[in-house]
Amino acid sequence: MEITVVVNGRPHTRDVEPRLLLTHFLRDELSLTGTHWGCDTTTCGACTVRLDGVPVKSCTVLAVMADGARVDTVEGLATGWGEGDLDPVQQGFMTCHGLQCGFCTPGMLMTSRALLDQDPDPSPETIREAISGQICRCTGYENIVRSVRWAAEAEQAARATAASTEASGVSS
Amino acid sequence: MQVPASFAYERASSVRDALDLLRRHGPDARPIAGGHSLLPMMKLRLAEPTVLVDLGGLAELAGVAIEGTNIRFGAMTRHADVLASPVVAEHLPILVDAERVIADPLVRNRGTVGGSLCQADPSEDLSAAFSALRASVVISGTNGDRVVAVRDFHRGPYETAVAHDELVTDVLVPIRPRTGSAYAKVERRAGDWAVAAAGAVLTLDGDRIADAGIGLAAVGATHFVAVEAEESLRGAPATPASFTTAGALAAEHVRPVADQRGPVDYKRHLVEVLVTRTLTRAAARARGEA
Amino acid sequence: MEGVRPPEEWIRAAAETPRGYGAMKRKEDARFVRGRGRYVDDVVLPGMLHGAVLRSPLAHARIVAIDTSAAEAHPRVRAVITGETLAVLGLAWMPTLMQDTQAVLATDKVRFQGQEVAFVVADDHYAARDALDLIDVEYEPLPPTIDARRALEPDAPVVRDDQEGRTDNHVFDWSSGDAAATDAVFAEAAARPDQQVIGADVLYPRVHPAPLETCGAVADMDPVTGKLTLWTTTQAPHAHRTIYAMVAGLPEHKIRVVSPDIGGGFGNKVGIYPGYVCAIVASIVTGVPVKWMEDRSENLMSTSFARDYHMRGEVAVTADGRLRAVRVHVLADHGAFNATAQPTAFPAGFFGVFTGSYDLEAAHCAVTGVYTHKAPGGVAYACSFRITEAVYLIERLVDVVAHDLGMDPAELRRRNLLRPDQFPYRSATGWEYDSGDYPHTLQVALEKAGYDELRREQAELWRRHAAGEDVPLRGIGLSFFTEAVGAGPRRTMDILGLGMADGAELRVHPTGKAVLRVSCQSQGQGHETTFAQVVAAELGISPDDVEVVHGDTDQTPFGLGTYGSRSTPVSGAATAIVARKVRERAKIVAAAMMEAELEDLEWRHGSWAVRGVEGASRTLAEIALAAHSDLELPEGVEGHLDATTVYNPPNLTYPCGAYVCVVDVDPGTGEVHVRRFVAVDDCGVRINPMIVEGQVHGGLADGVGMALMQSIAFDLEGNCLGGSFMDYLLPTALECPSWELGETVTPSPHHPIGAKGVGESATVGSPPAVVNAVIDALSPYGVRHADMPLTPAAVWRAMQGRPLRTDLAIS
Repeated sequence: MEITVVVNGRPHTRDVEPRLLLTHFLRDELSLTGTHWGCDTTTCGACTVRLDGVPVKSCTVLAVMADGARVDTVEGLATGWGEGDLDPVQQGFMTCHGLQCGFCTPGMLMTSRALLDQDPDPSPETIREAISGQICRCTGYENIVRSVRWAAEAEQAARATAASTEASGVSS
Repeated sequence: MQVPASFAYERASSVRDALDLLRRHGPDARPIAGGHSLLPMMKLRLAEPTVLVDLGGLAELAGVAIEGTNIRFGAMTRHADVLASPVVAEHLPILVDAERVIADPLVRNRGTVGGSLCQADPSEDLSAAFSALRASVVISGTNGDRVVAVRDFHRGPYETAVAHDELVTDVLVPIRPRTGSAYAKVERRAGDWAVAAAGAVLTLDGDRIADAGIGLAAVGATHFVAVEAEESLRGAPATPASFTTAGALAAEHVRPVADQRGPVDYKRHLVEVLVTRTLTRAAARARGEA
Repeated sequence: MEGVRPPEEWIRAAAETPRGYGAMKRKEDARFVRGRGRYVDDVVLPGMLHGAVLRSPLAHARIVAIDTSAAEAHPRVRAVITGETLAVLGLAWMPTLMQDTQAVLATDKVRFQGQEVAFVVADDHYAARDALDLIDVEYEPLPPTIDARRALEPDAPVVRDDQEGRTDNHVFDWSSGDAAATDAVFAEAAARPDQQVIGADVLYPRVHPAPLETCGAVADMDPVTGKLTLWTTTQAPHAHRTIYAMVAGLPEHKIRVVSPDIGGGFGNKVGIYPGYVCAIVASIVTGVPVKWMEDRSENLMSTSFARDYHMRGEVAVTADGRLRAVRVHVLADHGAFNATAQPTAFPAGFFGVFTGSYDLEAAHCAVTGVYTHKAPGGVAYACSFRITEAVYLIERLVDVVAHDLGMDPAELRRRNLLRPDQFPYRSATGWEYDSGDYPHTLQVALEKAGYDELRREQAELWRRHAAGEDVPLRGIGLSFFTEAVGAGPRRTMDILGLGMADGAELRVHPTGKAVLRVSCQSQGQGHETTFAQVVAAELGISPDDVEVVHGDTDQTPFGLGTYGSRSTPVSGAATAIVARKVRERAKIVAAAMMEAELEDLEWRHGSWAVRGVEGASRTLAEIALAAHSDLELPEGVEGHLDATTVYNPPNLTYPCGAYVCVVDVDPGTGEVHVRRFVAVDDCGVRINPMIVEGQVHGGLADGVGMALMQSIAFDLEGNCLGGSFMDYLLPTALECPSWELGETVTPSPHHPIGAKGVGESATVGSPPAVVNAVIDALSPYGVRHADMPLTPAAVWRAMQGRPLRTDLAIS
């Protein structure tokens, strides 16, 4: 059946089998291979994307169920090709060694971004809870927690700078 | 990755439409809500429905609200929304306890209340919690709605009172004053199914127990409840001794099976410990102490 | 907020080391954080087909008939391959890395649940999966041999009746150490009143490495050129190429193995699996590329499990806690085919290092391998060739001794650890430990943990528990491990005759940018960064100016691959040495440039300089340009700066570490909560401390997982009970504490930059620390041992004095 999914801001229309999983829609139909998969049982979270803003395991969503929805993947996080164009969570993972083999990373990034959008100052415990549906076999999670905290602090600092710039702009 | 067998797909535009579609496609059609019980089974080809009727568009089935003396849960309410609900936080701490340990946050973003109940997995936490709460389930069919007590809803493992051409639309939980509740689960790891889990609801009348509900998951409790233990509590003093007695009674009457989560004696022991603990916490909450 | 920033020492290290070592962001991460890594399943080739494997539902059965006609009739199916098809090509069986044979697709019988029976090739993945259901296999079920402890009984069903004349399930006997001398010490200890013999039965259960990316391959046989390109999940691309040449009879220069980005390996990607061979055959048969990616259940049920060592250990000890000798018997379950990957002369890997970190008079072990109707493997899982089992055994035994003698386990270790002046130390089983300061490393860990205070807290909680209060049982567990990593030397260590030495090539372009080509293959270890740092340090250039090429056999020199923590000890050494060769070539060119004598040149601040002459120096970039220019060079000097080398390590490197784990056990439910984990590692010189710490973090999580939840048990029919991530549980962020790391630095005396391997240290060292902590917590209940995984049920049963047997189904 024909579906249209808005992926990373762009609508994509495809004729798909009803049984096609969203993971495979992204990887095989749209060649967005940044979304990975690692199990059959909705356990590992390597396939995590945002569906209408909410992080979900795309291996357990049919592509047809996403018809008309907005899907965001790791490929849509950065605004350009420069290092400065990276999303703060991407910068955080690089700075704090929040990844090793990189396989769980796209899913972790999407969950982290969604968390910070809801809670700009999450505690380490909150971060651990938020990523507890995702398996990382390399990092032992500690540096992922640090990475998300780094991003939270970077965004807070950026907001503070923006606010003070605005304030000084008003006074002058 | 494992992938499902082929099926036809229909997207329901209303509850009425969904019921029509289910009736038209016969017993091999299945409704799908969040899909987090059904799709994993389909990927492993343990379930091969010929038609899926997607309820995803039925916004009218989502939401938690107080209606008279009940709290109404729409069947399409996601676990995450239960956990975030201020109404639930105020009146039903047992559901907050339970939702925190159901699967993981990502699964809770998709999985629904109705889907969990209809899956009727013997280890399902919400079934135990709603049973402890003496909730009732609203089932819609082409001939209208009927209300079934949740304790009559489950007919056995993976079997419910819902016919193939019916849908669960709501779960109703009565609001009771002077009532506290709690849920506890032992799991091998966060996100795992329960080794054993217990939920307790206590209504106090002064120092005495006016009424008690005890739900159990994963231990072979008939209809997810411990009726003998509940009976022992009714009218008894709300004391540690009563709770311990109830825990022992509950343990005596469950029929757990051994699996890699644990042997029978251990699961029975857990029932005793968890019933005692949740009763203690429920009583404290009923008294406003916790 | 504490514990959420990168440690200050990373930043300091980067600032203080002018030579290129220190924390720096990983070069590979820019692609990974954008989802632009390229893993095997991301490879899409024109016309590519998709394969799927049909597997046996039974552990032991005779194949009566296979009917593939319905599958072949499926409109999207292009080929169905069975054992019969392969037998015609002589490929139904393949050699294992341990000189056994393994069925690629079963012909006569199936010998474990999940064994490969047929291979379907279809237009897409979904159709291939559908077609599996259309293959009809008629099995005649047979009784299996499942319990390893009964595998050698005379009536046990014989697993390998494909081998002519075989009447039992015995694989090998191997021993190490001096049996007579060891027995003599034990006899004396048993006889003397001031000494005793203390023993325990210890199981290291079957576990699986379970990298997040499963195994797979894209085979592309070009029917015109006859060249096979194999994109595959391999930790050892060169070794795989050679083995494919040997197995399939393809000329080796017509095989290119490409190991692109790898989503974790941990040993799972060392072996060659039937699926890879099927993909190759399918590409040959169909003339187009064929992709095969296993799903998670296939991964867990059929590829390279690890451990499965049933051990009996005994210690001869004096009353004041001096460990005199250790004696060990091991029953090793190898599954249906002996497909373990160890250096040829070491059928039990480096288990001979079971004497651990202690000064013993004598030691002996005897290992017996058996076949069972279970998946083959025994390859790895970050185990450093069975050192995981060895360290677990000795560290568990030391705690049992401490328990039985009523001694503090830290004090017992202190009394027996090797002293710094004993290095290089030759162990009772013949291993030459290169360096270490064990008492210091232990002390650093104990101080970091606040050991004495922890013991006081524990005593208080135990007292309150005894008084009936609702408090957790606190446990404190120690382990001290010695690792032996970086195989070869090639004289004693080989895989199927391939000596364990690694090549490296370094090219310097005219503008001074360098390309390093190495044989090993990163699965997340960060080679593109650390090896660039090594080159940078040796040549005085920026790591950003060094490109590291790996994972493509057409582009890199031969070497044995990345496993057994050998990349830094072997390929890292090769990198340093090849860079030094370049530096020496640059010296000649620099001398010509500056018209100076060679002996007047010195390497100063990353440049070749004339000794004592201010300003007379040349950077590598300047020299590189000159080396490619019209500069007149001395007679016999070729020009350019490129160099190659092969590094054959003189010895293994011996990292060590002291770990302290603190747990709380709920006495009502048996649930274990890991409160703290202190890990002090000594891996010699740290090239990039940030990456080293990351390696340790991952291994610690692995240890928590193995100790508490990872389980692949079997019922007596041979059903695998750990065949999905719902059954084989891996730790999440909620089970892992915030790791507390420390370090001591004892350089390896024989490694060119003093580094030792570290990739597996924490996986080796952490399981005993966690288990020791749990058992310590249960000591008020008289518990002295219980086997992993210590699930809540296992803990509670241990408290009841009726421990669970964790390798079999719970009944």
